Amino acid sequence: MSAAADLPTAAGAPDPLLLPRLMQVGPDAGADLRAHLGRHGRLSLDMARERLLAEVARSGLTGRGGAGFPAARKLAAVAERSGGRAVVVGNGAEGEPASGKDHVLLSSAPHLVLDGLAVAAYAVRARTAYLYVLDDRGALAVLRAALAQRARAGMDRVTVQLVTAPTAFLSGEESAVVSALSGRPALPYSTPPRVFERGVGGRPTLVHNVETLAQLGLLARWGAEWFAAIGDPEQPGSRLYTVWDGPRARVVEAASGSTARELLAAIGGRPEQVQALLVGGYHGSWLPVAALDAPLSDPALRRYGASAGAGVLLALPHGVCGLREAARVSAYLSAESAQQCGPCLNGLPLIADGMRRLAAPGRAEGVRRRVEHWAGLVEGRGACKHPDGSVRFVRSALQVFGPELDLHARGRCSASTAEPMLPCDVEPATARGRG
Amino acid sequence: MRAALSVDWTLCDARGLCAEMLPEVIEADEWGYPLLRNNGTVPFELEKQARATVELCPLLALRLSVPAEVPAQRR
Ligand SMILES: Cc1cc2nc3c(=O)[nH]c(=O)nc-3n(C[C@H](O)[C@H](O)[C@H](O)COP(=O)(O)O)c2cc1C
Ligand code: SF4
Ligand code: SF4
Repeated sequence: MSAAADLPTAAGAPDPLLLPRLMQVGPDAGADLRAHLGRHGRLSLDMARERLLAEVARSGLTGRGGAGFPAARKLAAVAERSGGRAVVVGNGAEGEPASGKDHVLLSSAPHLVLDGLAVAAYAVRARTAYLYVLDDRGALAVLRAALAQRARAGMDRVTVQLVTAPTAFLSGEESAVVSALSGRPALPYSTPPRVFERGVGGRPTLVHNVETLAQLGLLARWGAEWFAAIGDPEQPGSRLYTVWDGPRARVVEAASGSTARELLAAIGGRPEQVQALLVGGYHGSWLPVAALDAPLSDPALRRYGASAGAGVLLALPHGVCGLREAARVSAYLSAESAQQCGPCLNGLPLIADGMRRLAAPGRAEGVRRRVEHWAGLVEGRGACKHPDGSVRFVRSALQVFGPELDLHARGRCSASTAEPMLPCDVEPATARGRG
Repeated sequence: MRAALSVDWTLCDARGLCAEMLPEVIEADEWGYPLLRNNGTVPFELEKQARATVELCPLLALRLSVPAEVPAQRR
């Protein structure tokens, strides 16, 4: 987790790519209520619910937590079942070690996220609201202060309860979130019923990523046209990207569908140093360097079989062994399995072990084939999508680092450093006594 | 719409009973967990047999249902 702990925001830099929509100039310009209201104005929720939902639909806002599902459809699904007792949840678990955008957003613009939670609560007639946030990075103190300011100003009709998310890759998966908020361990459970049908306390529950909520906070003020004026027309708006130039990361707000080349340039990275790209984080896909100019939006990435996920872009520089890095992440993903479902619990360690062998130069007869076999066995066979995401990561690594596999088979490796690069701690699950 | 079998993977303990009961739809993988052919779709003539299999699973891990349209899950 620590690698992404103090990601500075790139907002405020003079580059036109960087949008000051969610991100404010200066590290905590949006953390203070007066500054927030001065900048965005008061949020008024007197628009008819139907109009609000129609506005969200027109905007084309999609979830920023990874799946990219249309926000309007999820809001409508909860609204129609609500009966005035729905629950809304802001998901700030950010279990992905390579992502830092939710932390940066919560620390620098907490009021925008809380506005969005109020909009969501209004839209689905919720009586209960939670903000579920990872503790490690220190956003909780900012949020507590922000909530106190709002309480004094009498701003929120629905009281927001702040809940700490455990540090684990899975703790932000929506059924794990519901489990945690119901007083159980933060582990996924088998669905259906999906959380929008029956979630916290058996009530229809809306779980949105905190960035989606912040976007909703802006959208409710400025409307669909404003929202959709930038970005990929098929998935418009701005979005937060966590951009890694090798071991160095920054969070950037940019138009949806910005390219890897543009995002790297925005943080002062060097596209010519790039060996391969990881798009969408540890449940995402490795792409060849030719994808530097592909727009990073779900519709544009579809032809690569990839998606923007929660906005992680990682540029692996030459001189680092992609297979070794992929093997480290595979071990991490295996350790982070909730160990509840047979195929996941049996298959991920075998895959991780195969990847470890492929990462070491030397003959590994049949190992790749076995990894692919186990990948096929775990895919789609779990209570959550962890196996599927892990398999996507592994398969794309074997494809993109194919030339490296050949080198390793001949006892060689292209790397000039053995220094681990991708942020992941491979022991945590057992250390935490899970499984 | 065709009825389909699904597994609650958090409950299933690889007892393999279902694969014996309904080999047309369920096969056991190398660990003994059920592999559903054709996404678990149950041919019409096997529906009764499928229902019996669901009832025999010692861990109540199988479910027979008519799939509904729901918002997609992430990833
Ligand atoms: C293994 C796994 C981990 C996840 N972790 C997170 C997370 O940390 N934060 C998050 O917002 N969504 C996470 N999600 C996605 C949530 O299940 C859910 O789709 C999301 O919070 C919905 O918000 P959105 O519609 O605003 O994107 C995860 C999903 C999976 C399968
Ligand atoms: S699929 Fe894996 S990670 Fe998901 S709930 Fe089952 S065991 Fe846990
Ligand atoms: S009978 Fe039940 S517990 Fe046994 S393998 Fe089939 S689903 Fe799993």
